[in-house]
Amino acid sequence: MGNLKEIRSSIEEQYKKRMDRPRIVVGLGTCGIAAGGNKVMDAINAEVEKLGLDVDVDFTSCIGMCYAEPVVEMGLPGQASVIYGGVYPDNVSKLIESHLVNKTPVTDMAEIQVTGGAAAYEGIPVMEKSPYYEKQVRSVTSRLGRTNPESIEDYIATGGYAGLEKALSMERQEIVDEVKKSGLRGRGGGGFPTGTKWQFVYDAVGDKKYIVCNADEGDPGAFMDRSVLEGDPHAVMEGMMIAGYAIGADEGVIYCRAEYPLAIRRLNLAIEVAEEMGILGENIMGSGFNFRIRIKAGAGAFVCGEETALLNSIEGKRGMPRVRPPFPAHKGLWQKPTCLNNVETFANIPFIVRNGGDWYASMGTEKSKGSKVFCLTGKINNTGLAEVPMGITLREVVFNIAGGISDGKQFKAVQSGGPSGGCLPAEQLDLPIDYDSLISGGAMMGSGGLVVMDETTCMVDVAKFFLNFTQLESCGKCTPCREGTKRLLEILERICEGKGVPEDIDTLERLAKTIKTSALCALGQTAPNPVLTTLRYFRDEYEAHINDKRCPAGLCSALLTYSIVEDKCVGCGVCIKACPVGAIAGEKKSAHTIDASKCVKCGACVPKCKFDAIVQA
Amino acid sequence: MAICKCTGEDVESPQDVQLMELLEHYRDYDGALIPVLQGAQDIYGYLPGEVLNKISQELNIPFSEVFGVVTFYSQFHLKPRGRNIIRVCLGTACHVRGGSKIFEGLKDILGVENGGTTEDLRFTLESVACIGACGLAPVIMINDDTHGRLSTDGLEAILEQYE
Repeated sequence: MGNLKEIRSSIEEQYKKRMDRPRIVVGLGTCGIAAGGNKVMDAINAEVEKLGLDVDVDFTSCIGMCYAEPVVEMGLPGQASVIYGGVYPDNVSKLIESHLVNKTPVTDMAEIQVTGGAAAYEGIPVMEKSPYYEKQVRSVTSRLGRTNPESIEDYIATGGYAGLEKALSMERQEIVDEVKKSGLRGRGGGGFPTGTKWQFVYDAVGDKKYIVCNADEGDPGAFMDRSVLEGDPHAVMEGMMIAGYAIGADEGVIYCRAEYPLAIRRLNLAIEVAEEMGILGENIMGSGFNFRIRIKAGAGAFVCGEETALLNSIEGKRGMPRVRPPFPAHKGLWQKPTCLNNVETFANIPFIVRNGGDWYASMGTEKSKGSKVFCLTGKINNTGLAEVPMGITLREVVFNIAGGISDGKQFKAVQSGGPSGGCLPAEQLDLPIDYDSLISGGAMMGSGGLVVMDETTCMVDVAKFFLNFTQLESCGKCTPCREGTKRLLEILERICEGKGVPEDIDTLERLAKTIKTSALCALGQTAPNPVLTTLRYFRDEYEAHINDKRCPAGLCSALLTYSIVEDKCVGCGVCIKACPVGAIAGEKKSAHTIDASKCVKCGACVPKCKFDAIVQA
Repeated sequence: MAICKCTGEDVESPQDVQLMELLEHYRDYDGALIPVLQGAQDIYGYLPGEVLNKISQELNIPFSEVFGVVTFYSQFHLKPRGRNIIRVCLGTACHVRGGSKIFEGLKDILGVENGGTTEDLRFTLESVACIGACGLAPVIMINDDTHGRLSTDGLEAILEQYE
């Protein structure tokens, strides 16, 4: 293909025609499929065939409303598209009949509507004004849930590869300058300025340079990169190709974790069709620029998210971090200058090149520009994916977008940055989300996972959970991380079992600071953060565990005691049957008792009691 | 290797032929070891010692290095595995939503511990740190299927779908 411009207009025209036909679009990201999206798809196809409807049935990726999955969009010519949540095979026929046959949307199942300039329906929130999306921006995520991720035509029709086209007509240094101007910082968590990194690789001397995309998203509670890879694989590739042209590389590697089979499949497909169309490969769009992309599937090691460990893994070695310097910009993959960025960083690049660095820099705060995609999970009403401008407060994200705490419980903490981050309490809720504010609060941006915790979450248990994770994932190369995380974990386990001693808090703090300053790589240096932040904000919980042998959240089972309230117990005997160790005794119709010496604190009796007579304290 | 049932000789099994094709494909490829190990595990279901030996010889990589890589990554297995792999997510979101109860429930039903395989080789049970479907916590993955919003009551019905 010589020129993309020539075919772009015809692709765009076809796309517009399709948008103006009756259509049903099913959300088939990993989350949609897990919620039963494929079965919904089958039911829709069967129903459309049964009724003999002239309707296009297509699929898309995750729009971000995980709480509403499975999600299905229905649209009629000249009308807004309505996105329905909670669609299952048994309500498909009702939806199709009402929306597509009788042309009346089912308001009580509708989550939002996307107008796109067309007439809106009454009684359904318009996407931009809906509680979930009102405070969001959609730039990196703009195609998610809106286009078919396996169709390069959909990508091109929505402005795809226009950034590459523009870049190929620019001077290479100009592109690097534009990225610098945008103020984009690495979205993988570290927050290093992307333009500066590109300049290093641009300036580095070498006969061969590489582009590497870090898609080894491993933080528990984070799935932004998966959503972007599954929903907009071409955008990541376009970003890599622009980077390749700018710094003078002709080869790119996407290191994707093996736990994301759908992302790998869609990337492979995207590479194949892009090569067929001459957008990827030799002499791209007739410009003389060559670029190849290959995928390297990870083999299950969290530490490979660390850039030098990742490079070792691509080289077929154990994924252990290297000592830096030299940095990958000078000696990276196969000791050649390497530009290594995260998925979301690359996905931002086409937008920056297309719209200019100034446009990007107009979003966000002074030192953190643009937008960031977050994954909202934990004890909230609306779990999902949200793209927000930098500088928005945690409160707005937790209470406006995520809809507050589920089950009417109280907010306790929000965990940002995965195992490297920290837990921020209610008094930090007005902290703006940007790289520097989060670090000042003791947490970090991380890759973008926000896990919200309520009053029933024990913060010592949370710290123990993360240390258990980092301890298992520590590669073992440096002693502070290998031994230090193990010792931290032992102390935390002791505290949760009620065997803590008052000196433990000092020991934890001292050891945490030692690991932070002496570990080799970011995994080790940040591993103590969950301990340090919980000690900083929730010290009273540690003290309660250690001094009073009490878990305030009622979670650490070794510290709980169960008893039966005499007045409430009717003596029905249900709990006696439920107890696996025979610790409950009592005559019929008189109050029962629990023998604390036999009780194993499994809690099996509590939900069985219909009279709420069993209390744990 | 397989033993021929007619003659009792050592012969190449169809899997060995596949392995040779795989090695041929990756022979001049930089960083071939991990993709080869992944491919070999797909062929055999796990990584038997003689296969590692073969890979070491063919790729000209010391056996110690091959073994070092195999034991570093959690994806590689030195023992036979079940036909269906159950991965229970114990990530942050699943943790706060009761993932460990699901894990305990599965251990009870299958009668195996973490990493264990049932005697009939039907299931292998393991825990993972996060499978990235946190919006649907608690979540398990069986082979490539993700099952979300679980409760202990529904587990047996899910397992029945896998032979």
